[in-house]
Amino acid sequence: MPSKKLKTLTAIAIAAVLAIAGEARAAYDYVDISNPSLRKIPMAVSDFKTQPPDRAALGREGGELLEKNLDFTGYFSMIPEGRFPADPSAMGLTEAEIDFKIWTRAGAELLVTGLARVDSEIVELELRLFDTVKGSLLVGKRYRGWHKDMERMIRRFCGEIIHALTGEWGFFNSRIAFVSNGAGNKEIYTCDFDGANVRQVTHQKSIALFPAWSPDGRRLAYTAYGRGRPEIYIQPLDGRQGAIVSKKGINSTPVWVPGQSQMAATFSFDGDQDIYMFTEGGQITRRLTEQWGIDTSPAWSPDGSRMAFVSDRSGSPQIYIREMAGGIRRLTFSGGYNTQPAWSPRGDQIAYSSMEGGQINIYVTDLDGRRPRRLTAGGRSNESPSWSPDGSMIVFSSNREGPFRIYVMTAHGTDQRRLLSLPGEQTGPAWSPRMSETQQ
Amino acid sequence: MSRALRVTAVLMLFFAPMFLVSCAKKAVTPGPENIYEQSPVAGQPDRMAPGGGLPGEQSYQAGGTDSYDLQERQRSDAMRQEILATKSAFEDEDIYFEFDSSALTSRAQAKLRDKAMWLQRYPSVSVIIEGHCDERGTSEYNLALGDRRAEGVKNYLVNLGVSPARMVNISYGEERPKDPGQNEAAWARNRRAHLVVE
Repeated sequence: MPSKKLKTLTAIAIAAVLAIAGEARAAYDYVDISNPSLRKIPMAVSDFKTQPPDRAALGREGGELLEKNLDFTGYFSMIPEGRFPADPSAMGLTEAEIDFKIWTRAGAELLVTGLARVDSEIVELELRLFDTVKGSLLVGKRYRGWHKDMERMIRRFCGEIIHALTGEWGFFNSRIAFVSNGAGNKEIYTCDFDGANVRQVTHQKSIALFPAWSPDGRRLAYTAYGRGRPEIYIQPLDGRQGAIVSKKGINSTPVWVPGQSQMAATFSFDGDQDIYMFTEGGQITRRLTEQWGIDTSPAWSPDGSRMAFVSDRSGSPQIYIREMAGGIRRLTFSGGYNTQPAWSPRGDQIAYSSMEGGQINIYVTDLDGRRPRRLTAGGRSNESPSWSPDGSMIVFSSNREGPFRIYVMTAHGTDQRRLLSLPGEQTGPAWSPRMSETQQ
Repeated sequence: MSRALRVTAVLMLFFAPMFLVSCAKKAVTPGPENIYEQSPVAGQPDRMAPGGGLPGEQSYQAGGTDSYDLQERQRSDAMRQEILATKSAFEDEDIYFEFDSSALTSRAQAKLRDKAMWLQRYPSVSVIIEGHCDERGTSEYNLALGDRRAEGVKNYLVNLGVSPARMVNISYGEERPKDPGQNEAAWARNRRAHLVVE
């Protein structure tokens, strides 16, 4: 185990990033991710040229991985290789060597070129993103690493591309936690943002629910019935010993509070379901709801100044916002069953699920609550929204194809697709924060 | 202490006939009084005499002879047999709720009065009150709603004199439906509080 860790660290050290000379600073005006009428930018991603040239298979794999990762964002429409105006293997890689006009005529407004220098152990990648209309380099980087780390290097460059185009760092270093009953009981699993590398996290053999990520992405908190009743588990993902927070009654919907080493959750030890703040050692430091009735599902604004939550104080479940420094106001007024608030990473929107006529759909609203927009349709249920760390996408669960599965869409509701196909049903997804390279 | 015991004894005297009535549906044609007299448990009030004390008190006063201990053991064996015989009828009778509600309907209250009598009759018994919801709605809210249902049942039983120390709530939310169906009838069966004898 320690030797494996050491090896990983060495690989990271080797994957040093060098900016390629001539890089221009983009003005972030290519993709406005807050614009609902988002237009997909036509993009061409070429296979990587290779040195030596007989490693073309690796170059093709690299190009495909890069295209697949970028395509996931929903920002681009990818020009198929058959419409490429030039053979990438015969083409130059730098600004001076590329005839941008033939690419714009082929419809491509962005072009990615790659070079892979390959030896028996190490791959060195030289990757560039061009604006074909302006004929200029937007971002270029060089990476070195083990062969097995090629996708990580490519994902890092995808992060650079998204940063150059949007000003955000994307989600290429993130994972998604979810609940699956594929092994007979509801257990918590994680996967990469794109559904790859599924790992089982819990082996409770009972019921595990409501996964939440720690701010550093190294731990998960969740509710599980491992000892016969709903208790909160705080579990490090590196296999170290975790902790259990258990009060009389329910111990439910744990989350970390931004900017504090504290958590919030729903307890009912005094007979009423209320939200409390507590230390990771389980010591309650603050009661956050007082009203008689159900108060649950805390969701914090990114700056930690406000908390959205669900309450039935009006007679039906609705979403409320509590200012940490002040009062409580109601956010949702349309629909008789609004639950599962999720605060956007930019802080300006709240996603939630709303049940009407037996169907549950995902809505997004500004903080004034006046213009809720429905993002999903179809199936009996689209629920449990969770934002990607850059706020550009939302993961959710839906039974639109029969059993509950995990789906993703852009934050505007476009490009809805299934993330995973696993045995059993998958529910309750939670998108992680951006993680550092060592956590991948 | 002795006052509390006396209250319990009075409650038992009060509730025992009602319980017997509610359990007597299988008997052929008995009037309530007859059942009370003929039932093997009808002798129980006698055991509390003299002075309205419980057997435990008597035993203490009598200093605990061998013959009394034997009698006592036979009684508690009989009690255990009785609990075993009536337990499943107690457990099988669930308390049902309206959608998104933890309010006790009048029918639910009637069932809980029966359950309180049974619990009063067997003071050694502890129960788990499971709160359940139907699959509609969302699981976070339903876990809280199930807890509220269990808590409502517990409070009602406490008001009928059952000690809260004998009851523990566990909410399962929508995670353990009794009926896997996806229709009104199945949902109605799943919105329940289920009492389990520990």
